Amino acid sequence: MKATIPQPRRGSGSRADARFQAVIVALASIVLVTALAYSVVLLLNGASAFGREGLGFVFGSNWDPANGHFQAFPFIAGTFFTAIGALVIAVPLALAASLFIAEYAPDWLANPVAYLIELLAAIPSVVYGLWGIFVLIPATLPFQKWLASSLGWSAPIGPGLFSAMLLLAVMIIPFIAAISRDVIKLVPNDQREAAFALGATKWEVIRYAVLPYARAGILGGVILGLGRAIGETLAVTMVIGNANRFPQNLLSPTATMSSIIASNFGEASSPEFVSSLIGIGFVLLVVALVVNFLARIVIARLTPQGTV
Amino acid sequence: MKKLLIAGTVALAAIAVAQDAKTITGAGASFPFPLYQEMFAQYNKTTGVQINYQSVGSGAGRTQIIAQTVDFGASDAFMNDELLKTAPGAIVHVPMAIGAVVPVYNVPGAPDKLKFTGDVLAQIYLGKITKWNDAKIVKLNMGVKLPDLAIQPVYRSDGSGTTAIFVDYLSKVSSDWAGTVSKGPQSTVKWPVGVGGPQSAGVAGLVKQTTGSIGYVETVYAKANKLEYGVVRNSTGKYVDGGNLKEVALASDSKSLPNDTRVSFTNSDIGYPISGFTWILVYKEQKYGKRTVEQAKSLVDLLKWMLADGQKINEQLAYGQIDGSALAKAKKIVSSITYGGKAL
Amino acid sequence: MVTRASQNIQVGISKTLSPARRAQNALAMVLVALGTLLVLVPLFLILKDLFVKGFSSLNLQFFTQSQSEITFLGSAGGFLNAIVGSVMMLAVALVIGVIIGIGTAIFLTEYREHRLVPSVRLMGDVLTGMPAIVVGLVIYGLVVRGLGFGYSGIAGGLSLGLIMIPVIVRATEEVLKLVPQTLREAGLALGLPRWKVIMNIVLPTARSGIITGVILAVARVSGEAAPLIFTAFGNSFLTWDPTQKMSGLPLAVYRSAFEPSEAAVARAWSGALVLVLAILVASLVARFAARKR
Repeated sequence: MKATIPQPRRGSGSRADARFQAVIVALASIVLVTALAYSVVLLLNGASAFGREGLGFVFGSNWDPANGHFQAFPFIAGTFFTAIGALVIAVPLALAASLFIAEYAPDWLANPVAYLIELLAAIPSVVYGLWGIFVLIPATLPFQKWLASSLGWSAPIGPGLFSAMLLLAVMIIPFIAAISRDVIKLVPNDQREAAFALGATKWEVIRYAVLPYARAGILGGVILGLGRAIGETLAVTMVIGNANRFPQNLLSPTATMSSIIASNFGEASSPEFVSSLIGIGFVLLVVALVVNFLARIVIARLTPQGTV
Repeated sequence: MKKLLIAGTVALAAIAVAQDAKTITGAGASFPFPLYQEMFAQYNKTTGVQINYQSVGSGAGRTQIIAQTVDFGASDAFMNDELLKTAPGAIVHVPMAIGAVVPVYNVPGAPDKLKFTGDVLAQIYLGKITKWNDAKIVKLNMGVKLPDLAIQPVYRSDGSGTTAIFVDYLSKVSSDWAGTVSKGPQSTVKWPVGVGGPQSAGVAGLVKQTTGSIGYVETVYAKANKLEYGVVRNSTGKYVDGGNLKEVALASDSKSLPNDTRVSFTNSDIGYPISGFTWILVYKEQKYGKRTVEQAKSLVDLLKWMLADGQKINEQLAYGQIDGSALAKAKKIVSSITYGGKAL
Repeated sequence: MVTRASQNIQVGISKTLSPARRAQNALAMVLVALGTLLVLVPLFLILKDLFVKGFSSLNLQFFTQSQSEITFLGSAGGFLNAIVGSVMMLAVALVIGVIIGIGTAIFLTEYREHRLVPSVRLMGDVLTGMPAIVVGLVIYGLVVRGLGFGYSGIAGGLSLGLIMIPVIVRATEEVLKLVPQTLREAGLALGLPRWKVIMNIVLPTARSGIITGVILAVARVSGEAAPLIFTAFGNSFLTWDPTQKMSGLPLAVYRSAFEPSEAAVARAWSGALVLVLAILVASLVARFAARKR
């Protein structure tokens, strides 16, 4: 099946069609223009940061505002580590939850669980942050200490890479789970019935008939989660420990691109400082773009023929 | 039901007021926010003038007054000459309170008011003193039994006026600090060791839940979170309690205070050594943009009130009062504000 | 499709139900249940804290008084100004987000032969990766200062709407793609114009998924404080006028949470609870409405 739509016949419909298309194109163009405007604003403002530090701005590790050094590599790494770590934790759990809701649980159980999970998406970032500091960190500290002592790392104090990953995972689960549930539900029932008819077990139906069909949509949800993980600001700022340095291990404090912007923008006094923060905003944009681009390639490869 | 009706009427009245009464907008430092909130609520009650103050941080306060998007800015750090030049008009600084920064700690078995010196604090944050029973700490606290426990330094992760006062002090008392970390008041530095907490409440929270930790917060946060805090030796060798507001106010009297009040008086030879002014920033010439003489007048009236009746609130909320020569100079600055060249 | 599924199965499994297959089936079920449990545990923990701490200081005054009445030493004041501000700004955001978001998703899935599709897709990704605080900064630069509009509820709503767009686009796109192609073809074969096929067949089929997307988007932005700081500015006084400076619940929560006063922190938790409950109610209503039709 190739995804072309037959041209509509000429007649009264075609003028309305043209008008409808014009509206849709105009709406989509707003996205185009807005995103271009973002990029230009960020690039223009941040350009001087690249001008001063050159490639050192992205590859250097000396971020020392008091002495005029602005090199952002630790934060780029921090964003990368926290986002990947969060995905590793969140994806299997979110997938399990969405399968539970869509395939296993009876309606009376599935619906409340689904609402509850969606509710997680509505909790303000700052509340996650507070919960992270006052509940999650004390609760996981014994584990962190045990891990550090068995691996010979220095004693952790709580806030750090690991805490940020955990909290981010909790925060992105609802995005991935909600979208996965929807696409799993949209898998046509004849897919399942055909598999059952062949004597497949429940798991085999899911494994061979449902998941391949829903794979691309699930990945779409994963990308939304990843987007949030990369851009998430306040909650991460509160649990990552914000050290301007490359993390020594999984438990050490570090910072991400968005956390450094959020925690310093209000007090950044020199123009160099401000432009460096905006420059980080631009790098963040580029990183997000690359990640999205890679994800698109993966999705395109995984999308089964036969679906649109 | 009756309550609801009353509430509804009040709400409607509030809407009506919001549209015609004079309003003043300010933005900036978060450290004096509780004080300003109290002052502005009282001022609103007595005069009906609405003051919308948003705590967005000192840096943003400075930026916004330069951009003229607010009627006044508020900052814990003064604008240097270079920054003042970027503003479209002359900006004056009016000191409104003095804040003290105290070292808070969580050491099992240790009493309140441990003694610290600037040098010891600097070495702790440089990572050179790493244990609570280090000889240098023990020497200051004879008779106190300190545990063999690692010190976990906690700092502010966001840029902050509190950090600026603290590191300004450290750079004055420790050549090691000045040589390797920072000189002067800096709202954020590259900390050699430790972990960052978000805002003063975050630092207080981390100190509270981490044994062996030390942090620095304004007095009001130490008291609100019931944290133990240390006394600090000033340059004359006297140990001073940052919770004693008379000592805090005294520190600003130490130097010959410049007429524009733009000065850092950390490591002062009298009073508490880790403290500083928090200022309100306004344009000296109020006739700019679409501003009317009424708006200018209402702003100046507010500033005058804050320096008079408003100061009585300072000590209730654990802020140092503007007093003595500082108060005289502040009042002089306010009376120098003009509209179209005429005094208000 | 049936053939494809059966092929997969024939490749993947043998036809007898061996003990190994049965065990595998049971194991999968246990893992799914376990995973769901692991998702629900932190959820319950957070909600428990939210309810316990939030309810403890929730009273009528919270809804009838504004932050302007709060004093450090007294007990007056509430979040009415912030609640009203959130409602107004979310309304602005919803209009922007839904119209542009769904329109763009239709463009990407139904007009994929259009030459602008690759660029719109790319730029949609740009928006997806934009941290909220940066959106706020850009709106500040472009609208608040650039166009000289100053701080306002509209600027705040605009920044929230822009954050909603990519969430709605992505979620809508995924469900639109899953609407069977045969449905579209059937509509066109009946002689329906393309716009009618989209509006009357494709969108209704995908309705539940689109609503999920919109709810997620609203939920996502309703808790955002960062973009409001530089756009809506905040206002401790009550106003219904979105051209004025406005506060929003997350902004009020964010600022109160860090104050050195137990009353302020308690109010922050109440604010968060109210926000979450409001989203819950809104999503239940939306779902109910979607199912009824």
